Amino acid sequence: MTLFQGRELDCLRGERRVFAGLDFSIPPGGLLVLTGANGSGKSSLLRIMAGLLRPAGGTLTWDGAPVTDDPEAQAARLHYLGHLDAVKPVLTVAENLAFWAVLHGGAAAEVARGLEAFDLTVLAGVPGGMLSAGQKRRVALARLLAAPAETWLLDEPTVGLDTPSLARLDVAIAEQRATGGRVVVATHAALDAPDAETLDLGDFAVAPGEAYSAGEAGW
Amino acid sequence: MNGFLQMVARDLRLALRQRADAGMVVLFFVLTAALFPFGVGPEANLLARIAPGVIWVTALLAVLLSLERLFLADYEDGALELLALSPLPLEAIVLAKALAHWLTTGLPLVLAAPLLALLYNMDPAGLPALILAMVLGTPSLSLIGAIGAALALGARRGGVLIPLLVLPLNVPVLIFGVGAIDATLAGLDAKPHLLFLGALFLAALVTAPLAAAAALRQAIE
Repeated sequence: MTLFQGRELDCLRGERRVFAGLDFSIPPGGLLVLTGANGSGKSSLLRIMAGLLRPAGGTLTWDGAPVTDDPEAQAARLHYLGHLDAVKPVLTVAENLAFWAVLHGGAAAEVARGLEAFDLTVLAGVPGGMLSAGQKRRVALARLLAAPAETWLLDEPTVGLDTPSLARLDVAIAEQRATGGRVVVATHAALDAPDAETLDLGDFAVAPGEAYSAGEAGW
Repeated sequence: MNGFLQMVARDLRLALRQRADAGMVVLFFVLTAALFPFGVGPEANLLARIAPGVIWVTALLAVLLSLERLFLADYEDGALELLALSPLPLEAIVLAKALAHWLTTGLPLVLAAPLLALLYNMDPAGLPALILAMVLGTPSLSLIGAIGAALALGARRGGVLIPLLVLPLNVPVLIFGVGAIDATLAGLDAKPHLLFLGALFLAALVTAPLAAAAALRQAIE
């Protein structure tokens, strides 16, 4: 069974140690929910998982091999959804999606699937600049479906979504897991997935006295 | 390759939908060059003599104008992170963006340059050298500019920082670009200058994507 694992991960932001000694392991079909107070490092952990941020210590492995061995293969395996929606105001919804789909090796035809899953079909020809914040969020979520990837890393995906869209997100996550995909979600909202594994970042917090230990920042 | 072309196509489409931005660069080029005669006087011989230098320097400045936007929009709306995580290497993305940048700013400048040369009463014999030098030199400006634009990301007042980073690196292009035209006008061979421009382009083609991609990784971390 291919595992996506992190061992002894340390995270340093500026001079502050956000968390230390964090372990996680996600099997195929797994859902990992990251919880914790604001500033506890949920976004940082997701960025480390995505490879956008280098951990100050520890290793990230895919099927036992460090992901740093082949960062491009790792990038091809995952979709990352950050706080920003990356929707271009002058491109239509369909054009926005088609670009990301083709870049990830998907077919333009799969765009329709993403549009449908988040009820964006009627907005397909609307420029991104005309969308509301919630609609932009839905476009960003539709990107996950427009080109399949094994692992989804979602940072606060529910922000700005209305109730029907929340239900659609739950369906999309369930379908992704049913096909053997992994999902990591940082959220404060309750997800409709009783078998989810929860990782409380507060458990790995560094005591305030040690968070700013001099000499370790590496300057 | 598919992803690379898709990237170029997206940037071209974005530029086409925001036509005013690309048009402004050419307009700046023509306007600034047209100012010199007011400053140095309308003497035809003098203008013909300074034409190559004026055209190259204003082209350099016009390219600078457009550099800030190269990565900034993608950086601000989160697209840059996603591009860094796409299966396409970040170096290829830089190359694609530099190519799109050249097609939307460098190429229009190449087309406008002969017009300015005629306006300056430059000897038409120098026109082929001017066009060749611009064709070989302006891609280097886009590539070198990409390094500066990537380095300035995340810095406050990045727009002011870019010229300071990029202008010194552009000096060789300026020297050999003007040299090619001056040599032709003096009845000499322009080939050595053009070869140097070609060499500068090849060097920038290899190093700029690597340097800019490294800077982008720093910016999004």
